[in-house]
Amino acid sequence: MLSSASREYRMSFELLLQYLFSGITSGSIYAIVAIGFNIIYNTTGIINFAQGEFVMLGGMTAVSLSAVMPLPAAIACAVVITSLVGALVEIACIRWLRQPSVLRMIMITIGVSILLREAALHIWDEKVRALPYFTGNECSSISILGAHMSPQVLWVLGVCGAMVIFLSIFFRHTLTGRSMRACSSNRMAAVLCGINAKNMVTISFMLSAAIGALAGCVISPLTQTQYEIGTPLAIKGFTVAILGGLGNTTAAVAAGLLLGIIEALSISVVPVAYKDVIAIGILLVILFFKPAGLFGNKETGRLSEF
Amino acid sequence: MTRRMWALCCAAMILSTWTLSSASEAKDAKTAPAPAPAAAPAKPADPIKIGALFAVTGPAANLGSPEAKTAQMLVDEINAKGGVKGHKLVLVIKDTQSKPENAVSFAKQLIEEEKVFAIIGPSTTGETMQIKALCEENKTLLISCAAAEAIVNPLAKYVFKTPQKDSDAARKIFMVLNKLKIDKIAVTSSNTGFGKAGKEQLEKIAPDYKITIVANEVYEKDATDLTGVLTKIKAANPGAVVNWSIEPAQAILAKNMKQLGLKIPLFQSHGFGNIKYVQAAGEAAEGIIFPAGRLLVVDVLAKDNPQKALLEKYKTDYESKYKEDVSTFGGHAYDAISILAKAIETAGADKEKVREAIEGLKGFVGTAGIFNFSPTDHNGLDINAFEMLTVKGGKFAVYGN
Repeated sequence: MLSSASREYRMSFELLLQYLFSGITSGSIYAIVAIGFNIIYNTTGIINFAQGEFVMLGGMTAVSLSAVMPLPAAIACAVVITSLVGALVEIACIRWLRQPSVLRMIMITIGVSILLREAALHIWDEKVRALPYFTGNECSSISILGAHMSPQVLWVLGVCGAMVIFLSIFFRHTLTGRSMRACSSNRMAAVLCGINAKNMVTISFMLSAAIGALAGCVISPLTQTQYEIGTPLAIKGFTVAILGGLGNTTAAVAAGLLLGIIEALSISVVPVAYKDVIAIGILLVILFFKPAGLFGNKETGRLSEF
Repeated sequence: MTRRMWALCCAAMILSTWTLSSASEAKDAKTAPAPAPAAAPAKPADPIKIGALFAVTGPAANLGSPEAKTAQMLVDEINAKGGVKGHKLVLVIKDTQSKPENAVSFAKQLIEEEKVFAIIGPSTTGETMQIKALCEENKTLLISCAAAEAIVNPLAKYVFKTPQKDSDAARKIFMVLNKLKIDKIAVTSSNTGFGKAGKEQLEKIAPDYKITIVANEVYEKDATDLTGVLTKIKAANPGAVVNWSIEPAQAILAKNMKQLGLKIPLFQSHGFGNIKYVQAAGEAAEGIIFPAGRLLVVDVLAKDNPQKALLEKYKTDYESKYKEDVSTFGGHAYDAISILAKAIETAGADKEKVREAIEGLKGFVGTAGIFNFSPTDHNGLDINAFEMLTVKGGKFAVYGN
């Protein structure tokens, strides 16, 4: 009697853990995409709607390059190439604007996202590709207390963590990073202090494209890569960035995992078709009570500008 | 000041283009119900224009892309031989991106502006269902390359389809399940027309084979992770998973099952008939069981199989021209064009007579099976058109061999 009850308890505990793991799997994908949104926001105060396309470009380039070179080299090259594309986008579309209003820059990023998507369709094609799993293959899974997940999820989480550490050091402790933040908080004052604001914006686009590309490579084995995968990824990433509080990288990761876990747990009670309803419903409720996001304060969450 | 002027100019321009376009739309609408002049029989030498709606890009690109390539290849081949009864065929391909709204507007364009003789495609069930009534109203022949039985049942006078029926696919799967003595299954499907129609067929037919559906989940067509759904399925403890979709997500599902340590058989629909899905799922694709036409296993077909010669010809033609593996979907376009060409050959370039000629086609060998059309059967294929296949060593193989 007791033993069957305890077995049942263990089963349900295993199940709960499995839901948690599947939440972490999808949450880690949301989180790693969300990080990229914060970098450009931190410098310019705009949301870059082409961020999803950077993710896609990174994945696609790495898949193509991996045919001719080892995987780590392919990923490194893909990151460099995508960051150059990021720089090109900024120089061609944003830099020459005399008084770039926030709204105008956002419109431009939307245009760029469509452009990049169509370009990718022509450079590659409509086919779905994927990088090989970094460790093991499609079938490998690691088991913790009876629940399973793909080792690739650990890679995603690891890269997420590395990005967070790198970015917080970069923005707090390096001159370039601090100059970039200065541009965001008061562009005029930053220029008066001798900061070349335009270069800072270019660097932020490069950095954000590079982070996006790396994210695209790491999640590629899980999500598969195709020319139009950027938009759905960016929508979730954007949601997560807002949920966490814009500009805050750590918060984005926390919010990503949270959203993933909420979605996974919601699947256990309602049909999976409703998981977005639950997730977005919760997002709305949170934003009613905390407009600056879960972990943001009013100063950084300057949504009023939009 | 100048900025305001600029904004005003912009607004004025937008307004004027908008009124202009709506005015021209109104004009289109007025002329729309009169496609009659095109219906007049073409003179012997007149080229025949065939419209094609394929999802060349978008989530159903693994269907639409080989379909468009195949259609173009076959039309070129027919024209090189002098056309059908002296008529050259002109193919007008539109990329619907697998969006029903695009299918509707392109279908209107093909009927009203291009005044096509017939339309082949669309690639997916959702799109076909959206234009079924439109083609019926305009008396335009539609030969769909989509799978759901709902396309031809209830019957529409001008609508035909070439892929095998989804109800037969479901029956084939249930037969194997009975043989394996599995009576509890989980059903997953994508939220597309194909997924929805397949799910309904599975629900309807399962009781006939004494099979209970213990979990039934619908996921987004562009889903990137399905571990959550599979966790729920694991909890329901079924004997097998039956998945119905055409999107890359069916490869993700296979991978996620292995990653979750779910060691039960995975059945896919006939929407799995493109080797690219196997490549995308890698090792996780091993052992997947699914119904499909014989095109994928032409190499192991018996020599006296009536389809063998045609399948070999199509496979060699396609693979040498496009340097990629042939898929059942391209075959559906192959069948659509050859059925149309055959009917034009017997009946001449008259829409009404061609329609009747298709209804009279018997024993027509296609890539999907042997077609036997009738005035009440606009699909013409039975359950024998399907073979159960599996994945072995990254390749398709006949199941049970």
